[in-house]
Amino acid sequence: MNRVPIGTKSGLVYKMTIENKQFDTVIGLEVHLQLKTQSKIFCGCANNFGAEANSQVCPVCLGLPGSLPVLNKKVLEYAVKIGLALNCKINSYIKFDRKNYYYPDLPKAYQISQYDFPVCYQGFVLVPQESSTVKKVGITRAHIEEDAGKLIHDNENNCSLVDYNRTGTPLLEIVTEPDLRSAQEAYDYLQILKLTLQYLDVSDCDMEKGSLRCDANISIRPVGETKLGVKTELKNMNSFRAVKAALTFEENRQTQVVKAGGKITQETRLWDEAKQMSITMRSKEEAHDYRYFPDPDLTPFQVDSSVIEQIRKSLPELPVDKWERIKKEYGLNDYDAWILVSSPEIAAFFEECAKLHTNYKNICNWISGSLMQEINSRKLSLGDLRITPRRLVELILKAEDGTLSNLVAKDVFRYALETDKSIDEIIQEKGLAQVSDSVTLEKIVDEIITQNENAVRQIKNGDEKPLGFLVGQAMKKTQGKANPKKIGEILKRRIIDA
Amino acid sequence: MISEKDVKYAASLSRIHLSDEEAKPLTKDLEKILHYVEKLQKLDVSKVEPTSHVLPIKNVYREDKVRSSLSQEEALKIAVEKIKGSYKVPKVIE
Amino acid sequence: MKLNELTAHEILDLIKAGKETPAAVYKSVKEQISKTEGKVHAYARLIDNQEIDNKLRVDSCPIPIAIKDNICIKDNETTCASKILQGFKPPYDATVIKKLKDSKAIFVGNANMDEFAFGSSCETSAFGPTRNPWNIDCVPGGSSGGSAAAVASSEAVWAIGSDTGGSIRQPACLCGVVGLKPTYGVVSRFGLIAFASSLDQIGPITKDVIDNALLLNIISGYDENDSTSVKMEKPDYTKALIKDIKGIRIGIPKEYFIEGIDPEVEKSVKDSIEKLKSLGAVVKEISLPHTEYAVATYYITATAEASSNLARFDGVQYGLRAIPKSQRKNPIVDMYEETRNQGFGREAKRRIMLGTYALSSGYYDAYYLRALKVRTLIKNDFDKVFKDCDCIVTPTSPTTAFKIGERMDDPIAMYLSDIYTIPANLSGIPAISIPCGFSKNNLPIGLQIMAKAFDEKMLFKVAYAYEQSTDWHKKRVSL
Repeated sequence: MNRVPIGTKSGLVYKMTIENKQFDTVIGLEVHLQLKTQSKIFCGCANNFGAEANSQVCPVCLGLPGSLPVLNKKVLEYAVKIGLALNCKINSYIKFDRKNYYYPDLPKAYQISQYDFPVCYQGFVLVPQESSTVKKVGITRAHIEEDAGKLIHDNENNCSLVDYNRTGTPLLEIVTEPDLRSAQEAYDYLQILKLTLQYLDVSDCDMEKGSLRCDANISIRPVGETKLGVKTELKNMNSFRAVKAALTFEENRQTQVVKAGGKITQETRLWDEAKQMSITMRSKEEAHDYRYFPDPDLTPFQVDSSVIEQIRKSLPELPVDKWERIKKEYGLNDYDAWILVSSPEIAAFFEECAKLHTNYKNICNWISGSLMQEINSRKLSLGDLRITPRRLVELILKAEDGTLSNLVAKDVFRYALETDKSIDEIIQEKGLAQVSDSVTLEKIVDEIITQNENAVRQIKNGDEKPLGFLVGQAMKKTQGKANPKKIGEILKRRIIDA
Repeated sequence: MISEKDVKYAASLSRIHLSDEEAKPLTKDLEKILHYVEKLQKLDVSKVEPTSHVLPIKNVYREDKVRSSLSQEEALKIAVEKIKGSYKVPKVIE
Repeated sequence: MKLNELTAHEILDLIKAGKETPAAVYKSVKEQISKTEGKVHAYARLIDNQEIDNKLRVDSCPIPIAIKDNICIKDNETTCASKILQGFKPPYDATVIKKLKDSKAIFVGNANMDEFAFGSSCETSAFGPTRNPWNIDCVPGGSSGGSAAAVASSEAVWAIGSDTGGSIRQPACLCGVVGLKPTYGVVSRFGLIAFASSLDQIGPITKDVIDNALLLNIISGYDENDSTSVKMEKPDYTKALIKDIKGIRIGIPKEYFIEGIDPEVEKSVKDSIEKLKSLGAVVKEISLPHTEYAVATYYITATAEASSNLARFDGVQYGLRAIPKSQRKNPIVDMYEETRNQGFGREAKRRIMLGTYALSSGYYDAYYLRALKVRTLIKNDFDKVFKDCDCIVTPTSPTTAFKIGERMDDPIAMYLSDIYTIPANLSGIPAISIPCGFSKNNLPIGLQIMAKAFDEKMLFKVAYAYEQSTDWHKKRVSL
């Protein structure tokens, strides 16, 4: 298996840049995922992004005295769904605990979370690797918790502002085992995780909007050592690239510290994207004593095995499985197949096309080429475009049978994105069909021959070089619609054979 | 037994400023109370399950339906201080 | 008797017969307040401008009621008698308040209480103590002391309290009225400012047992906003008000008649047990072996939960905000620490600190987890006993009302006031306190009846039979 550029739009393959022979790097990731439910986790306030400050709040998510939480059923369903997709076990006894700490964005001064009985535990994610192997990344646990509000620092007024709209957004925290051995592996894991979550349709997974957030724990140890080194925790990375950069930076920093005879201190470090470096936020001495205890306001939960089975059956085909199947079923290579599965919509679109036409490689080329280009450059999703599998296949057929030149076919494709008209209609309307009928072509050749006496003479004298030039002239005259092969044949017949 | 240092730690965890004059009598009170609750240590509870919910109810949910929220004005009516549609607090230093 | 001295059911009969109006009843309550509130101080604040609807619907119950100051009434200041919540006007109604509004209740005021319900004497209120209407040098009990005193002094016809370790029953007992702590989950806690969420329960404080059943009918029932509210068909509690208790099996726990019990209390309670026997009940001695651990268990679990429940009072959103004169740590932490230092009284600080300590790293297993396990043992005692008993009868409080100030500096002595009431909260079972006598000093004595979970009807049945054969509930205070 070739290394696959997991979900990178540019299709670039990243190479390991750190040669780290003396030390092994040990990384574990914690991902906080906002779940895409209609309402918040413990109240009926709408769960969406971008409303006016403090306008999507109620006594429950404001944590007002006397208010009580009631769990949104969908949140638990989503957690189970994700857990199953990550090959986790689902706990037969689920409870919620309070994590006590003070911060102005946490209105109850405790976060409802899960301590010792999370919904999901002991899972794994398979991450395809450069060599023909698959990296198995253990999932320690995934637990439900509530998000906090947003704190804005106002230097002008020397104060901070609190907006509680985000409080009570359902989160799932997904924690890996310390199984990752490089920044690249961490990056690849995140890509696979995100893709899996997108397939499940449970989250927007948008790091910029904060619907997916990632903290990392990293330590190094001498090669061969089995005990874990002292770890640091990295926070404030706003993209997968930033996670990779922060881990690479920290890997180097720790290596330098140890090589210089120093010791790593357990601490939390904040990534500064602008400076491309991390700085100490707090050390272990200031670590919190969260005083977890079972939340008496929420009952325990138990998901029936029948419900778990029902959810398991409703799971969509997941990206790696789909990748393997598409390769086998359509005879595509690793790279092509991966491009197709990099979005569930694209994969579905491809398979719809494949029902109508069997030149799978050509369909794949059209999708990974023209279609993805349009989607990426216009920052649109497939649903925003008006092309359908049927119309794309019609277009491909026209190109394959010579009705359209490849160049013109691409033009037709661009028109097809914006209208619901059939491919034939577009071709007719724009007069784009390739001209192949001999009478018309003979006439054009007549004109070309009379207008280019020198070139014609040269050819007659045995030098065939200007033939290409003449074909070009004919194409120009017909705005690319003439069938170039036929023009070439007629020219030869008329000049050389005459 | 509980020391004044423990009391100060508990005070800082619970974000209560305690002057030395307050800490002393409070330590004494807590010492008395903890002495009283010492009796719990006499019981063998190694085979006992803890009770955090007294009723055997489980799986209490609500459906994922949106209900109306407070308006910004209603939400901020209770605010000690407000600014720009938000609750205003002293500057938070990371 | 004046209108306000009547029971709610007597008043309702008069209103239904067209002889009196809700407005007239409210007026007589207001007159009483202007006469006696200066001495009793039952209220944290009065609620004015009550709209009174004199038109009567079938299900309406327009009775003047006192609401404990820890139950949210929309846009009405609600403070738990604490400085830290000063000026806080909740933007929503508690579920019980909604139900009371639906029944056309007339809200007289927010009854005084121990700060955050931390106390058994009503002395820890930021508004100053409430006094016992029977003897104003004595405490009314607590924490729902204001609610009980309001009813006993007829400054309200009935009242709502909350009970975490005896906070309804003990003041009802000390003030000579009827107080019920329903089964955990029978009355919604939504809108009750939590002390200890796994123990708190709202309940009625009334002049007699009939009123108690009537008021429970109004406030009980499943609430989708409270996960611990129990989904069940709502009984009509007044159906239990029949005098026949022949063959009812009553257990008397030997552990409840121990050293420290006031002999007058013991005698009244034993006389009452004889009375119940004479009414046909079958009385037998039982054992609740873990009784002596109940107070310790309670103080760990309740304060642990309280330390977390009260963490939100930090000056960020609402209520008090205090900033120290000079910076100590950093602006936000200083604000938290100064607000909570100034906002909480001494008992609140004691309990928050105890609870924080019990949950903190290194002590959780020894204190909190152990307490939860002992709670299981205490609950098991009751489960076992209720296999052969229909109810349990005990004193409500080991003593009659004590003098103001007497136990303020001795937390343990204060905590032991609740020795008989705490086990019902730990076990979640219902318990009622009814008047069963008076001491030589003319202070009320109370009888506690406990039944198995959701068997409030049993309590009402036995309490009603007892009440109908005695006159204690008819005595009124003259102030």
